[in-house]
Amino acid sequence: METFDVDHVAWLSRLELTQEEKELFGKQLKQILDHAEVIKSVDTSGISPTYHPIPLKNVMREDVILSSLSQEEALSNAPQREGGAFVVPRIM
Amino acid sequence: MELCDLTAWQGMDMVSRGEAKVSEILESVLKRIDQVEEKVRSFITLTPDLALRETKRLDEKVGKSEELGRTGGIPLAVKDVLCTKGVRTTCASRILENYIPVYDATVIDKLKREDMVMVGKTNMDEFAMGSSTENSSFGPTSNPWDLTTVPGGSSGGSAAAVAAGEAMWSLGSDTGGSIRQPASFCGVVGMKPTYGLVSRYGLVAFASSLDQVGPITKDVRDCALLMSILAGHDPLDSTSLPGEPPDYLSSLREDIRGLKLGVPEELWGEGLAPGVRACVESALRLLEELGAMVEFTSLPSLKYALSAYYIIAPAEASSNLARYDGVRYGYRSEESEDVMEMYSRTRARGFGQEVKRRIMLGTYALSAGYYEAYYGQAQKIRTLIVRDFQSAFQRFDLLVSPTSPTTAFKLGEKVDDPLSMYLSDVCTIPVNLAGIPAISIPCGLDQGMPVGIQFIGKALDEATVLRAAYSLERALDRRFLPPLIAEAGES
Repeated sequence: METFDVDHVAWLSRLELTQEEKELFGKQLKQILDHAEVIKSVDTSGISPTYHPIPLKNVMREDVILSSLSQEEALSNAPQREGGAFVVPRIM
Repeated sequence: MELCDLTAWQGMDMVSRGEAKVSEILESVLKRIDQVEEKVRSFITLTPDLALRETKRLDEKVGKSEELGRTGGIPLAVKDVLCTKGVRTTCASRILENYIPVYDATVIDKLKREDMVMVGKTNMDEFAMGSSTENSSFGPTSNPWDLTTVPGGSSGGSAAAVAAGEAMWSLGSDTGGSIRQPASFCGVVGMKPTYGLVSRYGLVAFASSLDQVGPITKDVRDCALLMSILAGHDPLDSTSLPGEPPDYLSSLREDIRGLKLGVPEELWGEGLAPGVRACVESALRLLEELGAMVEFTSLPSLKYALSAYYIIAPAEASSNLARYDGVRYGYRSEESEDVMEMYSRTRARGFGQEVKRRIMLGTYALSAGYYEAYYGQAQKIRTLIVRDFQSAFQRFDLLVSPTSPTTAFKLGEKVDDPLSMYLSDVCTIPVNLAGIPAISIPCGLDQGMPVGIQFIGKALDEATVLRAAYSLERALDRRFLPPLIAEAGES
């Protein structure tokens, strides 16, 4: 199989891994992907993918106003809040 | 035997005959928790005060000759992956250690309307990722049959609690076998319903196209009863199927004459322990004696199911778990310079190893350059699996297999070898990929440990699955009670 770039995948996953984790996951993920190689050998030409097991489409409901969470409820689990908003460290 | 060792329906019968109070049944369960919880560790959070308050209310209801809701106030445990308003819901993760939902999952709401008495939230593999309940930030659960073995997973706490009498029934969730495999390991009944039959609203998402909530119970009657409460359309879940589900209790007939049962060879080979094979074979003979026709068959694409699953489920998980960013709820790593650092540290410290491994795997399978080869190909194989089941169900009413190739393994045995852990779900995973229903019921013991048999049905044909399971259960005519219960009775 192709090379597995642990640093790149960890960055895409937003995971700050330790050196030990990088080595361990690198090895284990390669093993799991080697096992998954078998799926590449299956001829699936002309087969369409199944993203979902049931054929529901365009589920709509009546356009009526229902109750929703209050601002207080929505913020009640926030690690940090101020003036009715979530607070995060600087973005730029 | 104590009150807590009865099935839920037996408990309800006693209450309706005036032979026990709802609160007495709860007391028996709480006493059992006192006796065994230190050893089994089924729960993350116990809610005895809440439960006592409810049973007091229900006793009064009975006193006034009012009819109780369909749960009869029989103590129930809930996997800690379902949101319970005001009761912390952790998913066994450090990242949600202090998360207190502000709303109930639809299934919890439905149960509350039927006079649910909840005794607590059960242990599980973190975010339901695992097959042994060892991937919990709160420590592992033990199997009540042998405390040195795992209860299975990911709904290990829910299965262990029911087996040990710490709850009389429970809720689990099943993405690749997470209800059926622990039910099998702990000698209880577990059902994964048809995808879309039970609402996922308020179920913390792992792999959205595979997840289903379902019951873990002591017998098939309790399973049918709980299914009748859980099933049904929910406008809050856009993948919920329309229509009214049947009353599953009416499907409990002891009659399987002429029923055609297929045994897929692909679920009957490699890695199958001889003792498990022997138990399931003898159950198959019994089914034949009851008038069913049993025949081996082949669903060739099932041999790719495990590999396809370990691309699809992590891919969906990596997307679903992106929401844990330390902003709106859950753990946040402090002392970060900027928001990107905060995300990466929060997630690195908040998630356990298996969750990180699967996020990495899923992210890779969805990343540019690999998407088509892994995710795209896995979804096409999923189509082949769906087709194989469809054609098998033209010839058979049900498919039958062992639930897991082995009985419960030792704590720590597979923890460092993810791939061998994944293999314990080889018989249950294809069912989730196809979105169809299946049940596991105990069919015997191998060296003192329970063995489960799995019945798989057509989409929305829970009735036939339950009927076959019920008929076999009645013919086996034995209760599977772990030795721990006898010990608890003596103390």
